[in-house]
Amino acid sequence: MLLTGNHAVAYGVMLARPAVVPVYPITPQTPILEKISDLQLAGEFAVDLMTAESEHSAMSACITASLTGVRVFTATASQGLMLMHEMLHFASGARAPIVMVNVNRTVSSPWGFWPDQTDSLSQRDTGWIQYYTESGQESLDTVIQAFKVAEQVLLPVMVVHEAFYISHALEPVTVPAQDVVDAYLPPFDPAVRLDPGLGRSWGNPVNQDLYFRFRQAVGEAMDRVPGLALQADAEYEKMFGRGYEIVERYRMEGAEIAIVAFGSMVGTARVAVDALREAGISAGLVKLKLFRPFPIGEVRAAVAGVPKLVVMERNFSPGAGGILHQELKATVCGMEDPPKVHGYLAGVGGVNVSPAKIEALVRRALEEEPVPQSVWQR
Amino acid sequence: MERFHHAEANYDIEESDVFLSGHHACPGCGEALAVRYVINTMGPRTIAIVPPSCIAIIAGLQPNSSMRVPIVHGTLESSAASAAGVRRALNHQRKHDVNVLVMAGDGGTYDIGFQALSGAAERNEDMVYVCLDNEGYMNTGAQKSGSTPHLASTASTPGGKTTGKKNIAEIMAAHRIPYVATATIGYPDDLARKVAKARDLKGMRFIVVLTPCLDGWGLPENGAVRVSRLAVETGFFPLFEVEDGVRYTINHGPRGMPVQRYLEAQKRFRHLEAEQKERLQAEVDEAWALLRARVECGALPAATGDSGDGFPGR
Repeated sequence: MLLTGNHAVAYGVMLARPAVVPVYPITPQTPILEKISDLQLAGEFAVDLMTAESEHSAMSACITASLTGVRVFTATASQGLMLMHEMLHFASGARAPIVMVNVNRTVSSPWGFWPDQTDSLSQRDTGWIQYYTESGQESLDTVIQAFKVAEQVLLPVMVVHEAFYISHALEPVTVPAQDVVDAYLPPFDPAVRLDPGLGRSWGNPVNQDLYFRFRQAVGEAMDRVPGLALQADAEYEKMFGRGYEIVERYRMEGAEIAIVAFGSMVGTARVAVDALREAGISAGLVKLKLFRPFPIGEVRAAVAGVPKLVVMERNFSPGAGGILHQELKATVCGMEDPPKVHGYLAGVGGVNVSPAKIEALVRRALEEEPVPQSVWQR
Repeated sequence: MERFHHAEANYDIEESDVFLSGHHACPGCGEALAVRYVINTMGPRTIAIVPPSCIAIIAGLQPNSSMRVPIVHGTLESSAASAAGVRRALNHQRKHDVNVLVMAGDGGTYDIGFQALSGAAERNEDMVYVCLDNEGYMNTGAQKSGSTPHLASTASTPGGKTTGKKNIAEIMAAHRIPYVATATIGYPDDLARKVAKARDLKGMRFIVVLTPCLDGWGLPENGAVRVSRLAVETGFFPLFEVEDGVRYTINHGPRGMPVQRYLEAQKRFRHLEAEQKERLQAEVDEAWALLRARVECGALPAATGDSGDGFPGR
């Protein structure tokens, strides 16, 4: 089918069979909500669509519906994700395996509607697993994989793709068959749930020691994610013929420099790497699909022996710089003979980062010594 | 000792044993009494949502609980949305016999929780929402809320609140939900009857229960029930029900007792001048005139009747 990234998501959601979808409209997420509504009206998707009065309420309803023992999905973007912030922490603390798609969009103020990853990246401490995708097909496939991982570790998952580049771009998308998805993703039927017959409660105040233990348990669940995500992806590839790993290496053979990227920038960087290789520069690409938990082991293995890494950021943390730049520096710190990391704030606010621009920045990184800060480069 | 009238309830309270002794309420707490009649009337096939509030303290500290039903202690502003999530999941599981109950304070209802409450009412979510109204943020040390009455002294309005109390029952009735009621602990038969009535209806049901706070209002340990009754007898807190947003029933009219009797029983009104007390009397008289007018409006024939989708079609 020819689908936009957001419509591809809606089909992935339908195939995963969530029972309850509380959602609130926001550009550029809305086509997900609209397509789910259309599929519901057409009788193709039996779902309880709750048209909440805010994202905060949508996430609140997601949490309690999930704790009551049904599969739950929602979607949002930008300001909506910001409004949910309190409930994002609550969801992971409550161990609610919600899957949410966030469509990256600039955060106000000033207002903008452009692809910028700061909205989801600024939620990286909320205890949500985060996947970043580079195409509508990958978003569809990742939504299905996300439920599989979430329900094993009882943590919520955010599947993230960018405004317009992915959300509204039309691409040929393979929509899997329902019976194969059903075989891949068993029904969600948790033993512990809200039920008067069980009498379990959630959220009552705890002492310091219990709080410590709950946080540690969240951390231990997070630690299991990279392995389970790889397993979920390998199984998916076996059944559907498409796999993504959690850290992909593209043309990394003998690389003297590697671009590290996530989201839509990956597709652009593939073109740039091909051109650089054509021009005799041994450039490679490391695609980061899983961002939380940060797959330190997989990233270190991918960049070991590479002299230089370069990041073109589509996000910005004032006072710290590019967020991937920071994460990468922390990751390589302590490696034997670690790569030097160059960070360029190139795509902040949705500014276009063309293959030519990426090529130029790679050439520049090869010629200069990196500085600790991320460098503005429009 | 003054004599009080019974509310026109004529109802025998049937209590289940959901609420347990040994909870964390202050001795003599008016709210604990309300929790008892609410949760014991709702019964053991209930899932309750409580936001941060005195109710959450009464419900207990993990791993203990004072209630033999599942409790979700959610966030302060999300109770109605959280309840909707539970209800929709239960519907998917075909557990239609399980009640979903919110017990929230006035801060979590009138103020920060109002958006979620209004949204849930607009969607006619299937739940019983009980606001245990002690007219302020009593759990955090008695600060003013949108429910604090005009001129009452609180920790954040030490000179007296300069604006009035929101009429939450009227606001909820304006959403045209199936059932709205006011109740208070001084009339437990009336309270339990309203909870039972709400429990047996479908859709959004809302009850605001006046629950005097000993510390916040400045009452003796044995004063909660008495002041609850004074609130009704003086007309300060009318007991009434609204069905489908229009059919009003007054359960207990004022009996001519001056508001002064209610005010002088509490430290939070101790600072009032005679002229201010007269103003409050005039406000109570005006509110009663409006309420009586609403009863008469509700007696008018319905415009279109029930639309058949469970939501009143007027």
